[in-house]
Amino acid sequence: MKSVIADHLVKTYRNGEVKALDDLSLDVEEGTVLGVLGPNGAGKTTTVRILATLLKPDSGIATVAGIDVIKHPDKVRELIGLSGQYAAVDETLTGWDNLVMFGRLYHLGKSASVKRAEELLERFSLTDSARRPIKTYSGGMRRRLDLAASLIVQPKVLFLDEPTTGLDPRGRQEMWEVIQELVKGGVTLLLTTQYLEEADQLADEIAVIDHGKVIARGTSDALKKQVGGERLEITVENVDIAKTQEIVARISTSAIHTDIRTISAPVTTGSIALMEALRALDEAKIHPLDIALKRPSLDDVFLSLTGHVAEETVAEPIKKKRGGKK
Amino acid sequence: MKYIISDVMTITKRQLLQLARIPEVLVFSTIQPVMFVLLFRFVFGGSISTGQPGGYVQLLMPGIFVQTVAFTLAATAVGLAEDMKKGLIDRFRSLPISRGAVVIGRTFGDALLNILVLTVMASAGYAVGWRPTSGGFSIFLAFLFLFMFGYALSWIGIYVGLAVKEARTVQSVGFLVTFPLTFLSNAFAPTTGMPRALQYFAEWNPVSSMVAACRQLFGLKNEFGATASSWPSQHPLETSLIYMVLLMVIFIPLSIRKYKNTSL
Repeated sequence: MKSVIADHLVKTYRNGEVKALDDLSLDVEEGTVLGVLGPNGAGKTTTVRILATLLKPDSGIATVAGIDVIKHPDKVRELIGLSGQYAAVDETLTGWDNLVMFGRLYHLGKSASVKRAEELLERFSLTDSARRPIKTYSGGMRRRLDLAASLIVQPKVLFLDEPTTGLDPRGRQEMWEVIQELVKGGVTLLLTTQYLEEADQLADEIAVIDHGKVIARGTSDALKKQVGGERLEITVENVDIAKTQEIVARISTSAIHTDIRTISAPVTTGSIALMEALRALDEAKIHPLDIALKRPSLDDVFLSLTGHVAEETVAEPIKKKRGGKK
Repeated sequence: MKYIISDVMTITKRQLLQLARIPEVLVFSTIQPVMFVLLFRFVFGGSISTGQPGGYVQLLMPGIFVQTVAFTLAATAVGLAEDMKKGLIDRFRSLPISRGAVVIGRTFGDALLNILVLTVMASAGYAVGWRPTSGGFSIFLAFLFLFMFGYALSWIGIYVGLAVKEARTVQSVGFLVTFPLTFLSNAFAPTTGMPRALQYFAEWNPVSSMVAACRQLFGLKNEFGATASSWPSQHPLETSLIYMVLLMVIFIPLSIRKYKNTSL
């Protein structure tokens, strides 16, 4: 069964001048994780806001757990959890205050709210800072508390909008662990991210979106295969560029990209491709300035899918100014 | 819908908790009106002569009370704009709570704050010689009027906060509205000195009606009215009530609808 369905969603801003969503369709199978991957302004947040009943699409249908989000937003709100860039907690209050307040707003009784708050604080390793105002929290702690607030009542569907954007590597790692833990518990999760690695770590399936459209979807493996998995990157002196391009063309079956003196191409054979390249370069008496096997980034995905790098568009001009990225 | 009361109370409680967590807000929101009391009392009090027993401070206090509750409009608006900006409103809107609860809860929180501010000001006024001469019930009624006026205005604050969105702009808009309203009135000086057009404005200004109503309830003659024959200055209590009801009838549904449809 599909827990989330977005069907031909269209959303424009400023009287149609800016198209945030341009006929976007996606769905999430119950109990699985869909990673929505795309650059800033691709339409990720707009999609989440529509599915979480915060925004009405101009046209199209969306359902969550079989319920129409436009016709029955109240019913949908009882089933979802939302956390992310723009759904926030009260920073002047303590973590404990916040969770108890949200418990009350989910209509748990007083003692049930307190009990739930304490459970969640414990579960997200926030017990020690429970009585401190959120504004004294680190970015990672703040996001964990935010996530905890969306789990007060076990949601059927959870939306996480860029849960790690702006976090340092450690905070990101912690957040991933927390989310992985949740996923094991069987929640249906729609997660947006700018990082392929994050989608790779957390999602069963990935939908890549660009300019308000889904441009590719599939498992992480399938997507990587399409992108070519890893990329071989060789930087050489100007005189050697042509020859190096020839060598790379023999190793890679996909398009070669040359950026000043760096020649790069997707490879499927990993370190073997790297050794092949080294051998061929050596035979040709070319001494590379740098040679590396790079894991694919969002840019690579975009390059391979669209032929252009992921560019920030201004489809969501107002939202970009708002808080969250601290 | 059956949870609306508990939802509203939770939101109001949140606001009180905020005040407890940042007591500076509480301190400054009471210091400012006290400062006004002292400044007006001692700067103008000596040079404005009135025919009232007890002097200028008797006429001044109702004016300052009304001005202060009017200024809380800006606080309401700024608070809401900040919640919008920080994404808290989005969070609330994604919860299964009654649609009006968030804004109603905020107006209640601001109303409670107003009670405290009015209490502090009354004490400050008493300390510098303000002595209402009417009976206890009339004085109570005056404070009830002030409280209700503040409450009605906070709904304008809600609307402004939701409509303008940027906290700093909201602050300016708040002052742009409340400053002329409170000064183009009978609150601090007789309106008779104003140009004719402004006199009419001052006469029909809700702030003037409120100030006149409070003066009457505190046992004073409303000395600062201009065209004393106009309906509002002859019926300040009725006029004030009409204004309060009008404001609420217009801005409560407007604000709740704005909250429902608000999207950034």
